[in-house]
Amino acid sequence: MTAETLLWLTLAVPAAGTLGIWATGKVANLREGVTLVTAVALCVLVALLAEKVLGGARPALTLVKTLPDAPLHLAVEPLGMLFALIASFLWIINSIYSIGYMRGNKEAHQTRFYVCFAIAIASTMGIAFAGNLFTLFVFYEVLTLSTYPLVTHKGNNEAQRAGWIYLGILLGTSICLLLTAIIVTYVQVGTLDFRAGGILAGKAPDWLGALLLLLFMYGIGKAALMPIHPWLPAAMVAPTPVSALLHAVAVVKAGVFTVVKVIVYIFGVGYLAELPWTEWLVYVAGGTVLLASIVALTADNLKRRLAYSTISQLSYVIMAAALFTPVAIMGAVLHIAAHAFGKITLFFAAGSIYTAAHKTEVSQLDGIGRLMPWTMGAFAIGAVSMIGLPPSAGFISKWYILMGAMETEHVFAIVVLIVSTLLNAGYFLPVIYRAFFRAPPADARHGEAPLPIVIALTVTAAGTIVLFFLPDLPLALAEAVAQAATGSSPGAAPGSVK
Amino acid sequence: MAEHFPVLIVLLPLIAAPLCVALRHGGGTWLLATLATWGSFAISIALLAQVLEDGTIKYQLGNWVAPWGIEYVVDELNAYILLVVTAIASVIMPFAARSVPAEMGQRGVYLFYTMYLLCLSGLLGMTVTGDAFNVFVFLEISSLSSYALISLGRNRKALHAAYQYLVLGTIGATFFLIGVGLLYLMTGTLNMADLAARIDKVEDSRIIYTAFGFIVLGIGLKLAVFPLHAWLPNAYTYAPSVVSIFLAGTATKVSLYLLLRFIYSVFGHSFTFDKVVAGPLILVLAVAAIVICSLVAVWQRNIKRILAFSSVAQIGYMLLGVSLGTVMGLQATLLHIFNHAMMKAGLFLACGCILYRVGSMKLVDLQGVGRRMPWTMMAFTLCGLSLIGVPLTAGFISKWYLVTATLERGWWAAAVLIVLASLLALVYVGKVVQAAFFKEPETGVVNLAEVREAPLSLLIPTWILVFANLYFGIETDISADIAGQAAKQLIGASR
Repeated sequence: MTAETLLWLTLAVPAAGTLGIWATGKVANLREGVTLVTAVALCVLVALLAEKVLGGARPALTLVKTLPDAPLHLAVEPLGMLFALIASFLWIINSIYSIGYMRGNKEAHQTRFYVCFAIAIASTMGIAFAGNLFTLFVFYEVLTLSTYPLVTHKGNNEAQRAGWIYLGILLGTSICLLLTAIIVTYVQVGTLDFRAGGILAGKAPDWLGALLLLLFMYGIGKAALMPIHPWLPAAMVAPTPVSALLHAVAVVKAGVFTVVKVIVYIFGVGYLAELPWTEWLVYVAGGTVLLASIVALTADNLKRRLAYSTISQLSYVIMAAALFTPVAIMGAVLHIAAHAFGKITLFFAAGSIYTAAHKTEVSQLDGIGRLMPWTMGAFAIGAVSMIGLPPSAGFISKWYILMGAMETEHVFAIVVLIVSTLLNAGYFLPVIYRAFFRAPPADARHGEAPLPIVIALTVTAAGTIVLFFLPDLPLALAEAVAQAATGSSPGAAPGSVK
Repeated sequence: MAEHFPVLIVLLPLIAAPLCVALRHGGGTWLLATLATWGSFAISIALLAQVLEDGTIKYQLGNWVAPWGIEYVVDELNAYILLVVTAIASVIMPFAARSVPAEMGQRGVYLFYTMYLLCLSGLLGMTVTGDAFNVFVFLEISSLSSYALISLGRNRKALHAAYQYLVLGTIGATFFLIGVGLLYLMTGTLNMADLAARIDKVEDSRIIYTAFGFIVLGIGLKLAVFPLHAWLPNAYTYAPSVVSIFLAGTATKVSLYLLLRFIYSVFGHSFTFDKVVAGPLILVLAVAAIVICSLVAVWQRNIKRILAFSSVAQIGYMLLGVSLGTVMGLQATLLHIFNHAMMKAGLFLACGCILYRVGSMKLVDLQGVGRRMPWTMMAFTLCGLSLIGVPLTAGFISKWYLVTATLERGWWAAAVLIVLASLLALVYVGKVVQAAFFKEPETGVVNLAEVREAPLSLLIPTWILVFANLYFGIETDISADIAGQAAKQLIGASR
C-alpha cells in the first residue's frame, strides 16, 4: 500500500469501526470484537505508516476543498506520527481494559460508549495528521463533541453539570480564541498550512504576533493551561476508561500536541525567540506546573489527584515548548509520549481499585497493595515515571526539558522542574506507602480486578519501562520535529540535532 | 421552449393556482402544486446553467421592447435566488402532503395550495422581473397570499399575527410604491436598467434621495430589518408548519434580493455608499439585529419563537455583509442567504415533525421528546449546529466568509462580534437540545409516552436538508463559487 492509502485508511478504519459497533450493538460480544479488530487494524496501519515516515516519506492528501486555500488536508510529519502511534496503540490496550471495566461495573449504554469512543479515536487521528490549521480545528471540535456523551455517561446531575463545564470551556475557548486566531492567521498569511520553520515570520507586526500567541495558547483549551483547566477535573465523572485514554492521552495530548504544532509549524521557533512579549508563556506554564501539583497534594479523591497531576504534566510540555529551543522541543515531544504511558497506567490502576474494591479516595487505600499487587505495582511504576526517576520514560523526557532550560539558562524553568519533581514525589509516594506498608482493613475481602483490567495495566506499566531502555523510535521522531523547528526541510533524514 | 423559461417559471405556479380552486380535491391539488413547484425548480436549474454559460438573459414580455414593455432579466444573482426559493419549495412538498391536512383539515387543503402557489409565483416574479412597477405587483401577490397563509394556522393567535403582518406589510408595500413613483417622476421610466442609466443625471436631486429612503424602508419592512421586524416572530410562530418553513426559507431571502437589486443595480454602488452613506446605517441596524435578537431568542420559551428571533438575527448577518460594500462582503451575504435557507428550513421542518406528533411547541412540553422522536431531534440538533456555525456545516462556511470579509475591511470589532454572537446561538440551540434529550418529561398537558417518531414522509424532507447542510459545509465549490460570481457581477456592473 502506498503511504497515501495508509493515510486515509487511518481515518476510514475507525470511522467504519464506528458503524460496525453501532450495527452490532445488540450482541455485546460481537460489538467488543469489532472494537478490538478495529483498534488492532488501526494500530497496524499507523505502524506501517510510521515505517515509511521514518524512511523519510511525508505523505499528504487533500480530502475536499472546503475553504479557498484551506482545504480539508492531511499531511504526515514526525510529531503527528508519534501522537498517532501512541493513541492508536493505547486504544487497543484501553479497549481490553474497557471491556473488563464496563462489564465489571455493569454500566448502561455501552453501545453509545463504544461508538463515541471510536469517533473520538478517528478524530484524534485527524488531529494528528492534519495538514493545516483548519483541518486540525475541525477534528479538534469533533473530538470535543464526541467525548461529551462519554463525560456525561452516568446521566445524573453531577455528570450533567460536569458536561456543561466541559463543553462550555472547550467549545468556548476554541470558538472565541482559537478560531479567531486561525482566521487572523489566514487573513494575514493567506494560508493555514503547517510548514517547517513556521508561516507567520515577517507576515504580521510584532504586537499581532504576540497577541496571536496569547489567542492560540488560551484557545487550545485542551492543553489545560491555568486558568482554563477546570474542565479536566470536571471530566473525571466519566467512567475510568474515558479518563484513562481520553483525559490522560487523546484529548489532553491533542491539546499539547496542538500547542507544539502551532509553535513549531505556524510561528516557527526562531520567530518566537525574536518576538517580544512572549516570555509570559514560560511563567504561566511553570506556574501551572507548580499550582496544579499543590492542588494535587491536597486532593483526597484519587482521580481528582490524577487529574491535577495531568494538568501539571501538560504544562511541562507547554513550558518546554515555550523555551523556543530545539532541545526543549524534543523534550516536549518526548514528554507527550512518556506521560501518555505513565498516566494511563495510573488511571487504569484507579479504575481497577474502583472495580475491585469500590474505593475512590486515597485515604481508603490502606494496605491495598497486598490485596491487589499487580494493580499497585503498576501504579508505582506509573508514579515513578511521573516523578521522573529512572528506569522510566518520564526520566528521559525530563532530562531533555532540563537540557533545554540549561541551554537557554532559564533559571525559573530549572527551579520549576526541581520543585515540581519534589511535589510529584510528595503526592505519589504517600499513596504507594499507604498501599504497601499499612495493614489492610480487617473486612477487606476483594482480590485483583477482572483479568482484562490487569492485563491492560501491566502492558502499559511495562511500556513505561520499555520506553526507558528502548527510546529509539520516539527519539528519532522527536529529533525530526526538532529539526523542523530549526526550519530545515521536513523531508530530510532524521539525524542528530547539533 | 428554453427561451421562454424566464416567464415560464412564474407562469407555472400562477396558472396552477386557479386550477386548484377548480379542482377542490385535496390530493389532486397537492399533486398539481407539487408538479408546478418541481417544474419551477427544474427551470431554475436550467436558467442558472444557462446564465453561467452565456451570461445575462433578457426576455421581452409579449415581445414589447423594453423600456416600454415589461422586461424579465436573469443574471447570476437572481438565477441563484430563484434556485434557493424553488429548491426550498420543492423539498417541503412531500412534507406538506401529510402536514397540511393534519393542521388545516381536509377541507382547507385546496385553499392552502391555491394561496401557496400564488405566494410562490409572487416571490419568483419579484426575483425575475426587471421592471420596478412589476416588482410591486408581484410583491402584492406574494404578500396578500402570505397573509392568508398565516391566518390558516390552527391557533387563534394566527389571525392576530396575520393581521399584524397585513398592516405592516401594506405599509411596506406602499412605501415601496411611493419610492417607485418618485423615481418615475424624475426619470420617466420603470425599467430597472433604464432607471439606472437615467438616475445618473438627476441623482443629486432631493427627490431621488427621498425615493431611496422610501424604497429601502419599504423593502426593509418586508425583510424584517431590525427594528422593523415586529411582525415576523408572531407570523412565524403561529403560521402552519409548512408556511413557517416556506416563509423562513424564501420570503425574507427574496426581500433581501430586492434590496440588493435596488441599491446596486438601480441606485448604484457609489450613490448608496458614497452619497447617501448607507453603509454605517446598515451596519448599525445589522449589529443591533444580531445582538438584540440573539439575546431575545435566548429568553424565549417556544421553539418556533426562538427560531423566529434567530431569523431576524441572521438577517442581521446578511446585512452586515452588505454594509461592507465589498465583493467579499456581498459574497458572504449571498452565501448566507443560501445556507441560512437550508438551515432554517431544516429547523422549521423538524418543528413541523414535532408539532405533527406532539401538538405543542413549548419547551416545557417537549422535555424528553428526544427519546421519543430521536430522528427528528437529531435533525434539529444537526441543523442547529449549522445555525451556530460549527465546522463541517454550511453555517460555518457562511461565518468564515463573513469574518474574513470584515477583517479584509479591517473591521475587527465586527469580526469579534460575529464570533461572540455565535455563542448566543449556541445557548439558544443548546436550550432546545438540552430540553429534548437531557431533561425528564414534565407531567403536563402533553402525554409524551404516546408520542412516536414522525412518519417518513415528514422525516425524509427534513433529513434531505440536514444532509444539504453537511454537504455544503464540506464541499463549497458550488455554493461559494456561484455566490462569488454573482457578487462580482453585481458590483462590477454597478457604478
